[in-house]
Amino acid sequence: MCLIVLFSNVLTTFSPYFQWIQKEEQKAGINRSLQLEEGKPSQQIASSSSDDNSEDESMSEGEMARLKEDVEEKKKLIATLRNKPWRMKRRLKCLKEAQAFVEKFEGALGKGKGRRLYAFKVMMTKKIIKFNRDFENFKTACIPWESRIKEVESHFGSSVASYFIFLRWMYGLNLVLFGFVFGLVVIPEVLMGMPYGSIARKTVPREEQDSAMDFSVLFEFGGYCKYSIMFYGYYNYQRSIGLLQFRLPLSYLLVGLGIFGYSLMVVIRTMARNANEGGDGAEDGAFTFCWKLFTSWDFLIGNPETADNKFASTTTSFKESIVDEQENLKDENIHLQRFLRVLANLLILCCLGGSGYLIYYVVKRSQEFAKKDRNELSWLQKNEVEIVMSLLGLVCPPLFEVIAELENYHPRIALKWQLGRIFALFLGNLYTFLFALFDEVNAKLENEKEIKNETIWALKEYYTNYTLYHNVTENIPPPNISPADVIRGPCWETEVGIEFVKLTVSDIQVTYLTILIGDFLRAVIVRFLNYCWCWDLEAGFPSYGEFDISGNVLGLIFNQGMIWMGAFYAPGLVGVNVLRLLSSMYYQCWAVMACNVPHERVFKASRSNNFYMGLLLLVLFLSLMPVVYSIMTLPPSFDCGPFSGQDQMYDVIMETIEKDLPPFMADIFSYASNPGLIMPAVLLMVLAIYYLNAVSKAYQNANMDLKRKMQMQRDEEKNRRNNKDSTNQVMKDLEDLLPNKSLIPPPSAEETEKPADQLSKSPKVTGKPGAAATGKGVHVQKDVSLAAANPRAPVTRPPGPRPPGPLPGNARGPPPGQGMGRGRGGPPPRR
Amino acid sequence: MRSGRDPCAFSRMDLFTRKKVQPTEPILIPHGELTFLTKQEILMAHKIFSELQDRENGPYSSRVSMEKIHTLPELKSNPFRKRICHVFSTSDMKDGSLSFEDFLDLLSAFSDSATLEIKSHYAFRIFDFDDDGTLDARDLEKLVNSLTGETDDTRLTGEEMRQLISNILEESDIDKDGTVNLSEFQHVISRSPDFVSSFKIVL
Repeated sequence: MCLIVLFSNVLTTFSPYFQWIQKEEQKAGINRSLQLEEGKPSQQIASSSSDDNSEDESMSEGEMARLKEDVEEKKKLIATLRNKPWRMKRRLKCLKEAQAFVEKFEGALGKGKGRRLYAFKVMMTKKIIKFNRDFENFKTACIPWESRIKEVESHFGSSVASYFIFLRWMYGLNLVLFGFVFGLVVIPEVLMGMPYGSIARKTVPREEQDSAMDFSVLFEFGGYCKYSIMFYGYYNYQRSIGLLQFRLPLSYLLVGLGIFGYSLMVVIRTMARNANEGGDGAEDGAFTFCWKLFTSWDFLIGNPETADNKFASTTTSFKESIVDEQENLKDENIHLQRFLRVLANLLILCCLGGSGYLIYYVVKRSQEFAKKDRNELSWLQKNEVEIVMSLLGLVCPPLFEVIAELENYHPRIALKWQLGRIFALFLGNLYTFLFALFDEVNAKLENEKEIKNETIWALKEYYTNYTLYHNVTENIPPPNISPADVIRGPCWETEVGIEFVKLTVSDIQVTYLTILIGDFLRAVIVRFLNYCWCWDLEAGFPSYGEFDISGNVLGLIFNQGMIWMGAFYAPGLVGVNVLRLLSSMYYQCWAVMACNVPHERVFKASRSNNFYMGLLLLVLFLSLMPVVYSIMTLPPSFDCGPFSGQDQMYDVIMETIEKDLPPFMADIFSYASNPGLIMPAVLLMVLAIYYLNAVSKAYQNANMDLKRKMQMQRDEEKNRRNNKDSTNQVMKDLEDLLPNKSLIPPPSAEETEKPADQLSKSPKVTGKPGAAATGKGVHVQKDVSLAAANPRAPVTRPPGPRPPGPLPGNARGPPPGQGMGRGRGGPPPRR
Repeated sequence: MRSGRDPCAFSRMDLFTRKKVQPTEPILIPHGELTFLTKQEILMAHKIFSELQDRENGPYSSRVSMEKIHTLPELKSNPFRKRICHVFSTSDMKDGSLSFEDFLDLLSAFSDSATLEIKSHYAFRIFDFDDDGTLDARDLEKLVNSLTGETDDTRLTGEEMRQLISNILEESDIDKDGTVNLSEFQHVISRSPDFVSSFKIVL
């Protein structure tokens, strides 16, 4: 579709171009003939143009330039016309005039060959602009779910919509990651790698084969799932595969790290852009009331119920801020308050510790279960870890909210605490889970060593037997065992991958079930049982659910963290996540429209965007660490995955450098990895960071300084206007003496230009009476009046050098020559 | 470096709208240059507007009355809907009826890509209930009342109202003349983080 649009654009670009050129040539021809007829070359331009000064020079360089300038100006006007708050009619008229002008004179510019070139250039710019506009239109049409989000926006205001926009952003990010993983790892392995069943790692072991297709096994990602493309273990260690000599292991490693690199880049770029858009964000306390009044209405609200809620919340916030203003310090029992807050924090710490211990305990127990026969275990025992983690995530946040009631914070602060605590809970749980997992991995590594030795022993035995039996020492065929019967190690990477996939899937299930039960079922019950119930269910206790923005966003962020961690060991996880986000978009959109009511508590979206991004960045970093640690330190399994047979995973890179790149590149790399070079580089970076930090601090200080200046100026302004005719005696005298009483320049000019103000303070005061007797600081004026007592009074002092002291503002004034030339207070040069 | 629409795009646009909307549609002016709307949005606006038109007396009346405009879901629950219509209307009768151009003006000012300058300008005119070019205490009171709703339990008391208005004037009224003028208003608004994102209406 895109191609078609492009193609049609190209077509329409070229056909009118020829017409245009022809037209231009015709015009030029006419002009030339006119010239010939009249014999006076000077007049033809003047006759065709409506130049007011009609000079008798045609197309002189200056005129050309001016005309060009005019045309450019008109063009600029056309471009910025939409920024003018005029009526459509006036803008239309203006546009038509400007367009007519441009049309008329654009052709007249340029000469001979240059004219053609110019016409071509003009044509091309027009086409490019047109194309850009079409492309913009096309781009906006391509943004998915725009109408869906707008619908939500109009019902719930911009804050709920911000969640969906975040979800969409996340979907885009995951789609790119999915493209990386599938394009560079999964598809090559499927197309060019060895098929299923050819080697041990790609075959289900004999003892598992009976149950490999059972739903219960597949559901836990055992059986065929475990030995499929989804997990690390399936990939082969062949250095290059297929016709293209695709380096799969290398590509696997680079994609695994590239996922992090790309995500990091995107998150940081988005954060930077948000920070830029956020404006200065300065003077936080300065305009509380004004902002509440002028910007609190969300014009997107298109639902009467939301509007009512908004009315209520606006009223509350007005009342709150009035109360806050009236009694800034509430005189309550501060000791009780402190005690309660400490108590609440203690309780929450207990909760966090307890949940961490619970997870550790459960993971340990599951390792013991794993040693037993799977058939003896109940479903509960098999899925204990996931269930406990999901339940903790479900139960703890409301518990925190209840505990937070004790603290009696302002809602906004309480919300921040709440978010922080949920974050700590999730993070603690995730890391406990990871530590337990690492314990398991270490146990597996021990186990693996034994199996490896066994394998080697078995092979040796086979070879010895073969030699003894056939009496051959060379060209021994490898043992003829079916790949399903080969002794194999535990392959800890696949196990880790399975854990993460299971965790993600159970998270999806819990989220969806919570929405179905907590929101949908509740809404149904409230709606239909309301007809036959003792009290009003809709307004009373259960009522309808609210959309929990912060909880949902945090859930999304943690889910993403798990994807980042698990993606290296389970390439299929990214695909699962893309599906999840896609379905989540539709499902949650439906749920929020069908069964939620708008918020009572206002949670502004614009402020929190970067907060969420910051959390995402933190989670990204925290999920980066264990993966990089495991890549760098743990030895890969000897019989599964793309790195089998190597001591470390990153050996693939070394191998590539040695074998595939020219030798001088290897030299360069060996130099680059030399500690002697790395240390200075690190040092340089540290210094650069230090320098940038210092610079940013300096800017910050300058910023603060400017802000303070502005504040001071504003205060002064206020004072001056208030006290214009009462307190400042000196000024009053001065004012009486001055003929022109309109002392006050327009406020806008003063607000912006302080230097100008300072200028006007010094030499001009004396130069132009009444022009700028601004009351900036009493004693400046006093000094001025002392130095040049009265502008109208006769000059009594003899001419001499200008006294340096009395005019403090003069330091920044205009150059002395100019100032003195006009100033009467200084030495009058005319005398 | 932008230049005007070339004649070709002009005719294509006409062709397009003719085909899409009505065969006897008058030539659509090049609104793309004059508004912040994309082509799709303009076409959408045209569709909605002609639907509103048809419901009134025949397709030939060029204006749509304020009441009809207020049936749009985007404006139905907006407390400023009357003000919005009055500000954007070019009608001589002062009845707040909108022509298509006025309607586009409205949508453009409230669109996603409109600048802060435009938005704050129109916001000021919407909040200026008596159209005298400044926000005085009575305008502010009306504004507060629109924001808190008409019911008694959400309304502020007289004392609270006085306090609130004096606080607001304290903050924003730089020249201390008891009113907020356009430049003071823009000064305040331009520092608000939420204004641009909430001063939006989408179809």
